Amino acid sequence: MPQPLVEVSAVSKTYTIKADGTKPRGVLKALNNVSFTMDKPERIALIGPSGSGKSTLLRSIGGLLIDDASSGDIKVMGQAIQSKGRLAPNVRQARMNLGMIAQQFNLVGRLSLFTNAALGHLGKMGGLRGFFGLWSKAEKMAVMRALDHVGVAAKANQRANTLSGGQQQRGAIARAIVQDAKVILADEPVASLDPVTARKVMELLVKVNTEDKVGVIVTLHQVDYAKRYCDRILALKDGVIVYDGPANGLSGDTLKDIYGEEIEDAYWEGAVS
Amino acid sequence: MRPLRLSKERFMTKTAASDMATQDIASLAPPTTSFVSRLITYGGWAILIILLVTSYKAVEMGNISRLVEKWGNTQSVLAEYMHPNFSDWRNYVDKMWLTIQIAIWGTVLSVIMAIPLSLLCASNIAPQWIVQIARRLMDILRSVNELVMGTLFLVAVGLGPLPGVLALALHNTGVLAKLFSEAVEAIDVAPVEGVRATGGNRLHEIVWGVFPQVAPLWTSFALYRFESSARSATVLGLIGAGGIGQVLFDNLNSFDYARTSAIAIVIVVAVTAIDFLSQAIRKRLL
Repeated sequence: MPQPLVEVSAVSKTYTIKADGTKPRGVLKALNNVSFTMDKPERIALIGPSGSGKSTLLRSIGGLLIDDASSGDIKVMGQAIQSKGRLAPNVRQARMNLGMIAQQFNLVGRLSLFTNAALGHLGKMGGLRGFFGLWSKAEKMAVMRALDHVGVAAKANQRANTLSGGQQQRGAIARAIVQDAKVILADEPVASLDPVTARKVMELLVKVNTEDKVGVIVTLHQVDYAKRYCDRILALKDGVIVYDGPANGLSGDTLKDIYGEEIEDAYWEGAVS
Repeated sequence: MRPLRLSKERFMTKTAASDMATQDIASLAPPTTSFVSRLITYGGWAILIILLVTSYKAVEMGNISRLVEKWGNTQSVLAEYMHPNFSDWRNYVDKMWLTIQIAIWGTVLSVIMAIPLSLLCASNIAPQWIVQIARRLMDILRSVNELVMGTLFLVAVGLGPLPGVLALALHNTGVLAKLFSEAVEAIDVAPVEGVRATGGNRLHEIVWGVFPQVAPLWTSFALYRFESSARSATVLGLIGAGGIGQVLFDNLNSFDYARTSAIAIVIVVAVTAIDFLSQAIRKRLL
């Protein structure tokens, strides 16, 4: 049996909240014993209201936040990212299988789109070659192919911060492709885009998933997008998974239970049956 | 666009909430400043006034009327300044160029030293205990004036421009490391996380995530320090560190105000040109 792409077992994350005059010092359980597995390259949407733990879960998988000591393990392609609240010693290697895409694109604004995408090679480069950015000809060609694949090859020489949001997000996806990531973690990738661009970015994630066999875990505020573009939905409420199943199996009652009276705000372009 | 779908129940709920809010407004009071906060504000002003009054005698502010009384002396010196003697202009330009070269070397050396030190001073890069040690070291470098440092280096390497270069380099390292580290502490962490997520190591994160973000500010700070160094290098000439300052000091000592005036004009023109140049570069960068 092939090894799972992502394994998340019994993960918890608690934040300490500072007192601010109106509220006393306290704790917030952002994730509470969360477990799930991605066995094959599928598209998983993480949905739930603000503060439900979607981004926390995604950042935990990426090893960008450290879970509680009482937590279990997070593995990607069989390699540990973190275990029992400690980052794995070889987390850098494990991260090479993960491409991360964020709402604000996380590109280095003053560098060209080409250089940003080329940074996807860093994990596999030696210290000095990476330090000076000495990409080989084959690596440069791989970058251009990735930029072409996502439709922004013509913008390769342009500085990232001069590009539109959609173009920057495509650049971030190209960086994940250059990285040869097996799983893309996308944290609200369409939240700062207009609906037309948002659809294109989601379609691109579907393309990368189906053509390149890359697993996609995407946090979304828009339930209609989750249902339209993903195979599986993981719904979180108060740090607990309340639904894990096929996208078309998510009923209106379950959604009402997750979002409460604000369910209508969870749709961007109208409800999808 | 998402169609507007507001149910009747929801509308009722919002209307009820709006009514409640209107009632609440009546009981709301505008924000007030606490007694402690007012005490701190008025206390601060009171301390400043006390300081000014008590130091009035120490700094001889009572003698300010002498400016008018001794106007005759000032006038005679000013008259000489009004007729600058440029007969030795080639020497002045030559010495000014040497002063600028001292400033260039002093600034470049300080930038090279300040880059790694600023990373050690930045609390979002280095561990807290290293940050504290590095910052205190930079405090010391900053607090020792270039003239004092210059005299120390004069003893070590002898007369000439080199002690000036070393004094400027060391003092500016303290200043630039602080300014550079503040820029590093203000970066956006998202691009750094973007680099980290590719599997890059800590050095890669700094080179590709931090440096591109701080580069314009760092360059701007370095140019600002170059302007300051050009002025400081002039003063360093007074203690024998060469350059235009030394010529200025010699002419002042011999009460040759006409030549001193010519040298002052050369300095003003050079420093203004440097200011314009660095402003133009900064404008392009920011």
